[in-house]
Amino acid sequence: MKKNLIIIILLVVSTNSFAASQKSELAEKYKALNSITNKASLQRGAKYYVNYCSGCHSLKYMRMNTLANDLGIDEGIFSKNLIFANKKIGETMTIPMKEEDAIQWFGALPPDLSLTARSKGADYIYAKLNTYYEDDNSATGYNNIAYPNTSMPHILADLQGGQKLVLDSKNNPVSFSKTSEGSFSDDEYRQLTNDITNFLVYVSEPAKLKRQSIGFWVLMFLFIFTILAYYTKKEFWKDVH
Amino acid sequence: MEKVLLRDGEITLHTRERSNKWQMYINIKGTDVFVRKSTGTSNLDDAAQIATNYYDKLKANASTASNSATGVIGWIDERLPILSFVRDHLTNYYAPKNFNFWYFFGSLAFLILFLQIFTGIFLAMHYKPDAKLAFDSVEFIMRDVNLGWLIRYMHSTGASAFFVVVYLHMFRALMYGSFKKPRELIWLFGVFIYLALMAEAFMGYLLPWGQMSYWGAQVIINLFTTIPFIGPELGVWIRGDFAISDPTLTRFFALHIVAVPMVILLLVILHLAALHTVGSNNPDGVEIKKHKDENGIPLDGVPFHPYYTVKDFVGIGVFLFLFSLTVFFMPEMGGYFLEHANFIPANPLVTPEHIAPVWYFTPFYSILRAIPDPAFGALAMLLSIVVLFFLPWIDKNPIKSIRYRSMLFRVNLFVFVTGFLILGYLGVKAPTPLYSALALRFSEMYFIFFALLFFYSKSRGSFYSFFYSGIIISLITLYDITRINLENYIMVIIGLAFVCAFVLFMTISPLYTNLNREKEVPERVT
Repeated sequence: MKKNLIIIILLVVSTNSFAASQKSELAEKYKALNSITNKASLQRGAKYYVNYCSGCHSLKYMRMNTLANDLGIDEGIFSKNLIFANKKIGETMTIPMKEEDAIQWFGALPPDLSLTARSKGADYIYAKLNTYYEDDNSATGYNNIAYPNTSMPHILADLQGGQKLVLDSKNNPVSFSKTSEGSFSDDEYRQLTNDITNFLVYVSEPAKLKRQSIGFWVLMFLFIFTILAYYTKKEFWKDVH
Repeated sequence: MEKVLLRDGEITLHTRERSNKWQMYINIKGTDVFVRKSTGTSNLDDAAQIATNYYDKLKANASTASNSATGVIGWIDERLPILSFVRDHLTNYYAPKNFNFWYFFGSLAFLILFLQIFTGIFLAMHYKPDAKLAFDSVEFIMRDVNLGWLIRYMHSTGASAFFVVVYLHMFRALMYGSFKKPRELIWLFGVFIYLALMAEAFMGYLLPWGQMSYWGAQVIINLFTTIPFIGPELGVWIRGDFAISDPTLTRFFALHIVAVPMVILLLVILHLAALHTVGSNNPDGVEIKKHKDENGIPLDGVPFHPYYTVKDFVGIGVFLFLFSLTVFFMPEMGGYFLEHANFIPANPLVTPEHIAPVWYFTPFYSILRAIPDPAFGALAMLLSIVVLFFLPWIDKNPIKSIRYRSMLFRVNLFVFVTGFLILGYLGVKAPTPLYSALALRFSEMYFIFFALLFFYSKSRGSFYSFFYSGIIISLITLYDITRINLENYIMVIIGLAFVCAFVLFMTISPLYTNLNREKEVPERVT
């Protein structure tokens, strides 16, 4: 019976890995290298986000003074450079775009990105920013591998340059080929998209910066507590046979 | 130097010189040291006076009341039996001395219950039970409330931890026969707690108002609508609307923070009261109350306090370490404690690609899905929980502990637990044909476990064994005949062969082998 169980478990595991391979393999290749403790990356990410993304995508749960403090940006500098509309630093990063306008322009309201890194994952954001390719059938001229038929235009096209999709013999996408150079080199562009991804990972859970450092001390305390509790127990129980 | 001061019946009071100070001793029956106290003087006459005064005071207190406390405690104790309560349930409550690892989980469940209530109170201060505000208020807690993230993660991790601990606690009961006579009521209250906990967790999961909250609740409430005749109206009655919406959220909030917690607390009191009436079982499954000393104290028992209180602190330390590791470093637990899709606000117009309940419901969810007909699937799931109530009357084998039960019992339990885990795994996966086939077979194994427990209640003759296995096998085969077709026949036949082989082996092998031989149970704990 045990042997049967092992066979069944193996079957279950192997079919599962098969199911995973059904997803777009090309999009899976893009893995974000984020580290939210990298403040320089977060600061760059915030700058890029405000300049390229925040026109359409709100971060309605992200309070700006929290952001400034967590990223080590002086509130004055933050207000001067990163707040465009007439907003106070204690407010959250909402946008003035109206839903009906958005639907007219893009067919849908650009989603709020406060929690995207938690609901869809960092790799998804990174892949989405990197897998735009030229497609004449698309209204914006670009299509996307991570989010096929996306209605979002390729905002960063000038930086990345153009790229075309390369298909294999079975019509599966395998890679991209450059059609024109952007103002950023490939490495710089990857760094830029990684910074934006990293920033959105931070935005999805600002507490993550604190919780791991607090957690370390909590674990230290509990470790010592448990050792003391263990020796206390041993002392009390030494007469019980 | 030693001096006897007085004798009173079998009690002697005497003083003894230790490093120039006098200490007093009270001996009962010449052996046990009752009091040892320094009188703080080097003068023998003074020491004798102090010791005599002390003894008089002791005697006076003993004669006035059994409770000798004075001061505030004494004042309260005259009006509320706090001291006798402490005595009956802690200092003079004797628990078997041989508890092992598996006996930590009761006190841990108790700890988690209070953690959940404590963190729940703070969450309720900031949470808004309103379909328009709920999701935002949870994010407000996560970001703008001081340490709100910690409280929320403790509560969400606590829910999963509660089930981890309760499942281990129930497994302990299965292993050591803790549900058997005279502990049937403890088990029954325990199963009721488990049921109430499932209701509590289910309703709590709706409150963040994310996509999984919404669609998970949709799936569970739809179960009730499969009940014949009254189903659809019952669904509307539960939701308070034709779809899950604001009234559903507000009533789930009320039930989650008031009604069900009170039921759970009451059941926990009953669970513990029943436990303290009959006493704890132990890994040997022998009754420690059978062997008592002349004072009526079980020979193999130790007072719960301080012995098990200090021991439980070790368990609490280890538990809190693992708990904090989760809370601070992996609160989502890879999407099992907090599902990724639940970070998207509930949207009745968009069904998520794949709806999976939280991990602690998935074994039962698998049983539900194993039968394609929704009404029969729901019935099977209901039965899988109801059967737990009857466990004390299903397994009537007088041997409690797995240590002295047969090899076949161990195999049965091992297969049951493995099957339960596999059902849990299958419940989070999308149902492919292979997964559905496995889910059905392991659901059958789930029920076969109980059938075999009944079978092993005593030794069975060959006619009974063949007849019994024949019934089980024909029931399973009959169901397979109704569903076999040209597409699935290979999988059906292989699955059927495995299950039948298992049943045959488990019921027929005792007739020809020693596999069902039980060991002798010792008189006292080992």
